[in-house]
Amino acid sequence: MAVNILGYMERTSPIHKLSGITKLIVFIIWSSIAMLTYDTRVLLVLLIASLVIFQLSKIQLKDISFVLMIILAFLALNNVAIYVFSPQEGVQIYGSSHVIWDGAGRYNLTWEQLFYQINITLKYFVVIPAALLFILTTHPSELAASLNKVGISYKIGIAVSLALRYIPDIQRDFRTIAQVQQTRGIDLSKNEKLTKRLKNVISIMVPLIFSSLDRIEVISNAMELRSFGKHKKRTWYSARPLLKVDTITLIISLVFFIVAMVITFHDGDRFYNPF
Amino acid sequence: MKSNLSIRTIVAIGIGAAVYVILGRFLTIPTGIPNTNIETAVAFLAFMAVLFGPIAGGLIGLLGHALKDVLLWGSIWWSWVFVSLFIGLFIGLFARRIAIENGEFGTKQIISFNVVQVIVQVIGWFLLAPLLDIIIYAEPANKVFTQGAVAGVSNIISVGVIGTILLAAYAKTQTKGNSLSKEA
Repeated sequence: MAVNILGYMERTSPIHKLSGITKLIVFIIWSSIAMLTYDTRVLLVLLIASLVIFQLSKIQLKDISFVLMIILAFLALNNVAIYVFSPQEGVQIYGSSHVIWDGAGRYNLTWEQLFYQINITLKYFVVIPAALLFILTTHPSELAASLNKVGISYKIGIAVSLALRYIPDIQRDFRTIAQVQQTRGIDLSKNEKLTKRLKNVISIMVPLIFSSLDRIEVISNAMELRSFGKHKKRTWYSARPLLKVDTITLIISLVFFIVAMVITFHDGDRFYNPF
Repeated sequence: MKSNLSIRTIVAIGIGAAVYVILGRFLTIPTGIPNTNIETAVAFLAFMAVLFGPIAGGLIGLLGHALKDVLLWGSIWWSWVFVSLFIGLFIGLFARRIAIENGEFGTKQIISFNVVQVIVQVIGWFLLAPLLDIIIYAEPANKVFTQGAVAGVSNIISVGVIGTILLAAYAKTQTKGNSLSKEA
């Protein structure tokens, strides 16, 4: 089992220097635009911008290549599924039909369908760099501080940073338990029948979950002893003040959001129709 | 919500989300149908929702699923993340009466837990997930409804089998209420 889980990567880059709050807000704005718009022009600008930002962050392609492979496979599969289930979806949306290739029954290929599927792929794709960058360039403890700064209760912030802090620990627990059970002859591979596998999976889940329940007790007792949650507010060791770059970044992304929304909705339709 | 979150609930949300990520990453059982797995993470979510209540359940669903998506795919499928939030919240809300801390998890509780989980998940996967997919991503309706139904069925099985067994195992570790009797 390879340790293929993403995490914070220490680098010195302009993106790392931005405060966590800025990156969080930009990430939220970014995914909101990607969710709301269906305008190809907006999506293309987002794509180019995110590639540029990615370059700036000094995160190497090889650092994230495994995630990229999974996601590309998913997008390919998704596109096939869309075509199989609804080959005329694009024609319905754009209200015209330019056939490229005549197939059997409703399975012909139209420019509209092609355009629609390119758009949907773009829509999924443009969120990837933003989400990746946010996770790779924001330190977990700074993340908690930034969540609090944007108005979320600090208790939730702590919950998030606890989750990030304990993912490696629980992964280690999981491995130990899985290996112990395998030495006892429990087969997790696909050689077993489904019902047997279900039973074997439970033999790993029970110890993992019960040890995690113990962990919850220990951690909450420790926090209680240190009077966690006594006050309405708290300060953060890893909080960073907003610098000039942060303000500029925030203003730019806000303007970008407004412009994107105006372009998308000015004709009363979220789709851009070139036909 | 700000003041009455107990420390135990907060820690349960954090650790729960972490366990959700690990289970979602490493412990899924392929059913044989392409791209559909029995997700053990959903069973765990239902288990935690019963133990720690609706707020913990909802937030474990939200955080766990969002983190799992980001850490594994580098992207978040907001529509399905929202469904996890919904499932954790409502299983937690309606399963309150089970009172698992009393060590009682007999036939009656098993039935009421499963009735709750089936209703909540049917609404979540069969309706909410496809509708959000259509609203957010404008995917074809028949595709997302099929996807939702397949995911729904496998998750209902997951919670029904694994979730029930986990709760029964947990109930056994708790001291039963009224377990003491007065000697004459």
